[in-house]
Amino acid sequence: MSLPFMPPEASSLASRYDVLFAAMTALTTAVSLAVTIVGLWFMFRFRRRATVDRSRPPAAAQLRRRRILETIWIGVPLLLFIAVFAWSASLYYDRSTPPAGALEVAVVAKQWMWKLEHATGQREIDVLHVPVNVPVKLVMTSQDAIHSFFVPAFRVKQDVLPGRYTVLWFTATRAGDYQLYCAEYCGTDHARMFGHVIALAPPQYQRWLDAQGATTTMAAHGEALFRALGCSGCHGANASVHAPALEGLYGRPVPLADGTTIIADDRYLRDSILLPKRQVAAGYEPIMPSFAGQVDEAEVLDLIAYIRHLGGKEALR
Amino acid sequence: MTPPAALLPAPAHAASYLEGDMSIRAWLTTRDHKRIAIMFAIAITAFFFIGGAAATLIRIELATPAGDLVSAETYNKLFTMHGVVMVWFFLIPSIPATLGNFLVPLMIGAKDLAFPRLNLTSFYLYVGGALFTLAALFAGGVDTGWTFYTPFSTMFSNTNVIAAIAGVFIVGFSSILTGLNFIVTVHKLRAPGMTFFRLPLFVWAIYATSVILVLATPVLGMTLALLGIERIWHIGIFDPSLGGDPLLFQHLFWFYSHPAVYIMVLPAMGIASEIIPCFARSPVFGYRTMAYAIIAIAVIGFLVWGHHMFVSGQSVYAGLVFSILSYLVAIPSAIKVFNWTATLYKGSISFDAPMIYALGFVGLFMLGGMSGLFLAALALDVQLTDTYFVVAHFHYIMVGGSVTAYLAGIHFWWPKITGRMYPARWAQFAAVLIFLGFNFTFFPQYLLGIEGMPRRYHEYAPQFTTLNVLSSAGAVILAMGYLLPLVYLGWSLVRGARAPQNPWRATGLEWTVPSPPPTENFATQPHVDEEPYAYPPVAASRQEAAT
Repeated sequence: MSLPFMPPEASSLASRYDVLFAAMTALTTAVSLAVTIVGLWFMFRFRRRATVDRSRPPAAAQLRRRRILETIWIGVPLLLFIAVFAWSASLYYDRSTPPAGALEVAVVAKQWMWKLEHATGQREIDVLHVPVNVPVKLVMTSQDAIHSFFVPAFRVKQDVLPGRYTVLWFTATRAGDYQLYCAEYCGTDHARMFGHVIALAPPQYQRWLDAQGATTTMAAHGEALFRALGCSGCHGANASVHAPALEGLYGRPVPLADGTTIIADDRYLRDSILLPKRQVAAGYEPIMPSFAGQVDEAEVLDLIAYIRHLGGKEALR
Repeated sequence: MTPPAALLPAPAHAASYLEGDMSIRAWLTTRDHKRIAIMFAIAITAFFFIGGAAATLIRIELATPAGDLVSAETYNKLFTMHGVVMVWFFLIPSIPATLGNFLVPLMIGAKDLAFPRLNLTSFYLYVGGALFTLAALFAGGVDTGWTFYTPFSTMFSNTNVIAAIAGVFIVGFSSILTGLNFIVTVHKLRAPGMTFFRLPLFVWAIYATSVILVLATPVLGMTLALLGIERIWHIGIFDPSLGGDPLLFQHLFWFYSHPAVYIMVLPAMGIASEIIPCFARSPVFGYRTMAYAIIAIAVIGFLVWGHHMFVSGQSVYAGLVFSILSYLVAIPSAIKVFNWTATLYKGSISFDAPMIYALGFVGLFMLGGMSGLFLAALALDVQLTDTYFVVAHFHYIMVGGSVTAYLAGIHFWWPKITGRMYPARWAQFAAVLIFLGFNFTFFPQYLLGIEGMPRRYHEYAPQFTTLNVLSSAGAVILAMGYLLPLVYLGWSLVRGARAPQNPWRATGLEWTVPSPPPTENFATQPHVDEEPYAYPPVAASRQEAAT
């Protein structure tokens, strides 16, 4: 279904996207051509020198005809627009909803590079290796300005913001080396913030994983940090300080001191580490110090991975 | 619309606004809307060619994939200069402050705008602010892009951001005052008999534009002020490391900048609605529908800003709402294209230069609108946003649309404004050249966007070379097209034949006064007793008799 000038179709969303794009191209081309042909025909037929019947029906008949015509060219586009809206909205919803069980990769963007860390601990810069036919979910944040993760062959793009996590997912369907661009202007070398997504068939992907040698998972990195930073002093099992226990916390609702409730997701955990005064859990003193400046974005992601692991859902290694 | 008084020869003693005291001092202190319009026209033309020079350098750089003509830093400053100058110092004031200023009082039968001094104040605020920003752009430059996205602009850019936004902030007051002036003028100074539904559609368009100017521009001012506060005092508003929210900036910025697109395009629609009926000798098809469509665009245009942010991290549900509203705003735009086309039916069409420009506007606006339908579709926007597809889309609307319509208007009212005729053939040739050069320049950019080339790239992957070369080659033709009117219109000021009162046999009060109009506009108070666009066959005998 790929039209001329389209990048290769290499993800599960790409072919669905291309059908919609082709339909939209057909629709707009047809309407543009129709208006152009009618307009040119009028220009020719009613040119000043032409001898042609220019008499008009009486005003009442003209008005009736005008009402009918205007109703048609308000009503028909409206119906077409609603159809296009519904079609594109359902595809947008799917692209915004990662499937459960996707392979997770943490992405930290900075001027002007992409730093990637697989859940299993492999780290890469400007190159991302993924297996084909496996959904991959990127959890992304930026260390400085806004960037945007754009892989044309996958038909996906998502802005990467400082101070919060955005998510992008795809399932590569064809092995290959695909271009990765930064699509949001981010300063001097924006055009050079260039990378590759390399989709590999499962055996090759396994070979690539093996070639990376022994790695520790993000959660294990997080556990080491958790000790080194002294988090365990308060949040550990034998702590004397009254601090919330973190076992099983991830994904649960947390009652806050101000009476509201929040789901303990990536963003909440990030804020609790860097901006602990923002949301204080009910029943606890606001004594947690901020770790802003002591941990970088990649380390925050490791800590979050560790806290998720404490939920018991994911193995440490 | 031709009161008996206007059928009499104009009194010989009424001096035109181009006679009398022609000293620089008299011009710079004038309160005559016509002279202020001329001063605005000279200023925006200068800014157009400054912005165009930046565009020229951009297109030369992009003729090859490597970043070889200028450094990345210089390139970023060039596209920022191009955007800032073209948007705020050319497009926003272009039609309202020049043709609107000149024509609105004439079209409604008034002596001047409601607040002539305020009008002059608008001019000085505009020139002062624009020169201030221009100085910042030349002395060191700014590398944020015209969108000033945070936190890049507040925390990471090392360029003259504060000076640049200060100038834009000042120019905003010019917009607000101009808008205010038009609103009061249209409400209070219409001639007897000139009801709202007898107003030319150009006046409707300027009126709707003025409402947007007054309501949206303050939001831009506040947003830029907040940006400045964060950048200077590090008070966290947009930067998350200070506790701010970067998306808040985008919401505020587009709350102004999307309606700003309609500030640029509504007056363009107004011009097309004057010219097409005149050269088709046919009343505009569905006058009231056209007027309501203008209002609908102005109102719904305030509710679609989030379609610039479908991949920004805004919620999926917000995206759904902004998408459907964007389709709704497309309906009145589509109505206008269909009604202009229907106006041609059973007309007696001639292809003088203003008509060629106006028809070119309709075609290019339609193509720009069609690509807008892609961008309003959520899933398609994910792929296309921030690529050259968007660049092509808004150039079709703002350059193919607004600039072409501006030129159409300049050619249509040139005899009225200057009292001179320009060489018709040259003008027709330039109109065709601009239409072709424009498509040659920007159509390849749609294809580049579909191929996935991101915008604001100083260098690019080799697969994008052919289309970029085509686009740069087209830009050469387009540049020649834009220089031509400067030459032959300039020539006409000196050597052009004297223009009659109504060379196009057009309806409208502005054509009932001599060319160029007297300082006082109307020798006697005009009365309006006729519907607008009373072209043959409706008022064939009277109209023909009047000329």
